[in-house]
Amino acid sequence: MPITSYLAHPQEGKKSELLKALTSFKDCEVIPAENEDILVVVTETRDTEEENNLKDKIETLNSLKLLVLVSGFNTPQND
Amino acid sequence: MYTSLTNRRHFIKKMAAAAAMTAAATMFPGIIFASEQEAGIPNGNLDWKKGPCRFCGVGCGILVGVENGKAVAVKGDPNSSVNKGLLCVKGYHQTMCIQAKDRLTHALVKKNGTYVKIPISEALDIVASKMKETIETHGKDSVAMYTSGQSTIPEGYVASKFMKGAIGTNNLDCNARLCMASAVAGFLTTFGADEPMGCYEDFDYADYYVTWGNNMAEMHPVLFSRMLEQKNKRGAKIIDFATRTTRSSTASDKSILFEPQTDLAVGNAICYEIVNNGWVNKSFIEKHCNFSKGLTKMGYGVEDKYKFTDKPTKIDFNQYKAFLEDYTPEKVAKYSKVSVKDIKYLASIFGDPNKKVMSLWCMGVNQHTRGTWMNNIIYNIHLLTGKISQPGNGPFSLTGQPSACGTAREVGTFTHKLPKGVVMNEKHRALAAKIWKVPVERIPSKPTYHATEMFRAVDRGNIKFIWTQAVNPLVSLPKTSRFRPGMEKKSCFVVVSDVFPTPTSDVADVILPASWHIEKSGLYGNSERRTQHWNKMVEGPGETTPDAWMFIEVAKRMGYGDLFPYSKENHVEEIYNEYRQFHEGKKHGMAPLEVLKEQSGAIWPYVDGKSTQWRFNAAHDPACSNGEDFHFYGKPDGKAVIWQRPYEPAAESPDTAYPFWLNTGRVIEHWHTGSMTRRIPVLHKAMPNAYAELHPKDAKALGIRNGENIRVSSRRGSCVLPASINERGLPTQGQVFVPFFDENMLINDVTLDAFCPISKEPDYKKCAVKIEKA
Ligand code: SF4
Repeated sequence: MPITSYLAHPQEGKKSELLKALTSFKDCEVIPAENEDILVVVTETRDTEEENNLKDKIETLNSLKLLVLVSGFNTPQND
Repeated sequence: MYTSLTNRRHFIKKMAAAAAMTAAATMFPGIIFASEQEAGIPNGNLDWKKGPCRFCGVGCGILVGVENGKAVAVKGDPNSSVNKGLLCVKGYHQTMCIQAKDRLTHALVKKNGTYVKIPISEALDIVASKMKETIETHGKDSVAMYTSGQSTIPEGYVASKFMKGAIGTNNLDCNARLCMASAVAGFLTTFGADEPMGCYEDFDYADYYVTWGNNMAEMHPVLFSRMLEQKNKRGAKIIDFATRTTRSSTASDKSILFEPQTDLAVGNAICYEIVNNGWVNKSFIEKHCNFSKGLTKMGYGVEDKYKFTDKPTKIDFNQYKAFLEDYTPEKVAKYSKVSVKDIKYLASIFGDPNKKVMSLWCMGVNQHTRGTWMNNIIYNIHLLTGKISQPGNGPFSLTGQPSACGTAREVGTFTHKLPKGVVMNEKHRALAAKIWKVPVERIPSKPTYHATEMFRAVDRGNIKFIWTQAVNPLVSLPKTSRFRPGMEKKSCFVVVSDVFPTPTSDVADVILPASWHIEKSGLYGNSERRTQHWNKMVEGPGETTPDAWMFIEVAKRMGYGDLFPYSKENHVEEIYNEYRQFHEGKKHGMAPLEVLKEQSGAIWPYVDGKSTQWRFNAAHDPACSNGEDFHFYGKPDGKAVIWQRPYEPAAESPDTAYPFWLNTGRVIEHWHTGSMTRRIPVLHKAMPNAYAELHPKDAKALGIRNGENIRVSSRRGSCVLPASINERGLPTQGQVFVPFFDENMLINDVTLDAFCPISKEPDYKKCAVKIEKA
């Protein structure tokens, strides 16, 4: 059960668009910075394959400039 | 850590989010994630309790979420005018350290070289009998106490009453000597009254923020975010004047770099420009200012038992003007490495009568062998232009510790201080004796040891018993290479009261387990004169006990019980109410406890149910009584002093053997010596160890690569650290910067114990070192 956090940098002027797109993914939690163009993204998926798929999906968003991995945790499924 | 969380996955998500926020904070100074509060908070029925943050002098209001008796979440207090609901990374994660595995939960006593757990009552018996026996054998000046700007107001008050009123010794000093003493001496010499005249609302009105050697993005992040907000909203400008390019510099409108120690000269050059361009506010200085000069070539205090007393002499404006002739921008540019254009630019900001300017500073100005002078010079600039004590216009000395103002400065846990005034003043001693109900002769009229001299006296064998609380001197003092062996000597019995083991507790004879701030009730006072109260929120583990209560227990055991008639349950309230009597009146009245319980703090002087936001300004301050717009009532004639203070070189400058300047300081992730924040996994992971920043050209010349271990050595000691090149900060060529939070890389073994002769605050920013590959 991977839990991963990223920093998402939006394209210029597209912070709210990116926020909207990310929050529409069910496995994503998004925390936007108040005063900078950056969002914290935390994903929680069932397995690595699902995680990779979600990451790919995020990376195709037009409003995204850069996605940077910060930390990854793996926990047992029934925990 | 959060063992109370039933949902481990939820906790891991919170950790993951926190790690990302911490990473972001290291990239973007002043970054704020307001909604993280909601996102990070566990489900369930949380009981939110208000208090101030534990981690810096900004004094943000926090709300701690308590579930089943455990602190499980922290969010910013939206009702606090300090931070309006925002916190920095340290603020959000603060409660995560309190359940660290190696928490000190029981008293320990050293027996045959190992620590043995004993009941706290027995430990307090040992402390009391050892203290008593030492006094009987060697006299009352053989015992000492070293306390903290992180102690609560009641803790500082009881420490002062115990040492000065009960025992009758002035052997009490605190770690605020290492960070704030020059600010205090600056205020007292210029205004006769300590602490800033303005408040944080100044940020909302200023057109310019000039930061003097102050990396606010990392040290005062929430205030820096207030400046960034005003920059974005109103176009307010941030001017960073420093010796190193930091996260604050890169977020500023202009960064001006100067050669270490020459801030004195640049400050005088700004005054020269103000005087010679007709920018002096003549009517203001005629009505409200005097001019004085003091002694010069005072030395640097590097020798034991060094003594200095300034001798002020009055001068007139013309003499001051003539003195400034040595500080033309052209002359100063030659040695300060600040261009004539930049000096003139800085002066023009202050000289423009239509612009409101705040000066902000902290350790760069205070930890300086001429720290008092540097504080005076900044005040000179504001007084000459009359930009003071008005919304958005004023010098603002920032504080490092959460209660350096409230406890160290207002209660007065310095050797020369009393809760009101100083020990040298007969009237002040008489007031203390009356409130404490002790004979006035018991309070000695002479100050004894300031912090550095106190630990020198331990090393010399003059102090035979020392009790420290909420401090870590063997990491934070300058020249720890002398003081560690000094404290290890058998001649001194060492009692350390703390929350976690530290290099200081490693040399203790008795270790007392202290309560962490939310495990007790208390009060702190922040940088803007705001007093904040909190109620105990959770139970501490084992036999942890509030420091104030440990003092009271020891005092009772030593036969002073009648002076400490407080109850265990209610001692914080009882002590605060007694302490308030010292400050009654319009100049320093403290808010009643009922008010502080209700609201997120109040600013003193608290008069007729109102905080005083701008002191010395008759429109805002009811204590002004001279019939004028301004009244500097701290001085007998109601006038502030413009001081003639020259440039003098540092105590030790680079030479051929030791060709680099060493500058030390802090990082955003860690609180001072790291004993708490290094136990918070997210913060520790983000910044696991110290490093030495070098300029890339210096690194290239020495063949040093990024991350490679280097040895930083001075005439006193050395320290091995990884080199950091073009990472977080960029020192100027010929300078190396090292943060001091890491007990495994003790940079204070290398620093010099030179201090400002007036304030006795050490200079951690300047000494000479050499760099080699390790
Ligand atoms: S700025 Fe200071 S007081 Fe505010 S949250 Fe950060 S550490 Fe705490």
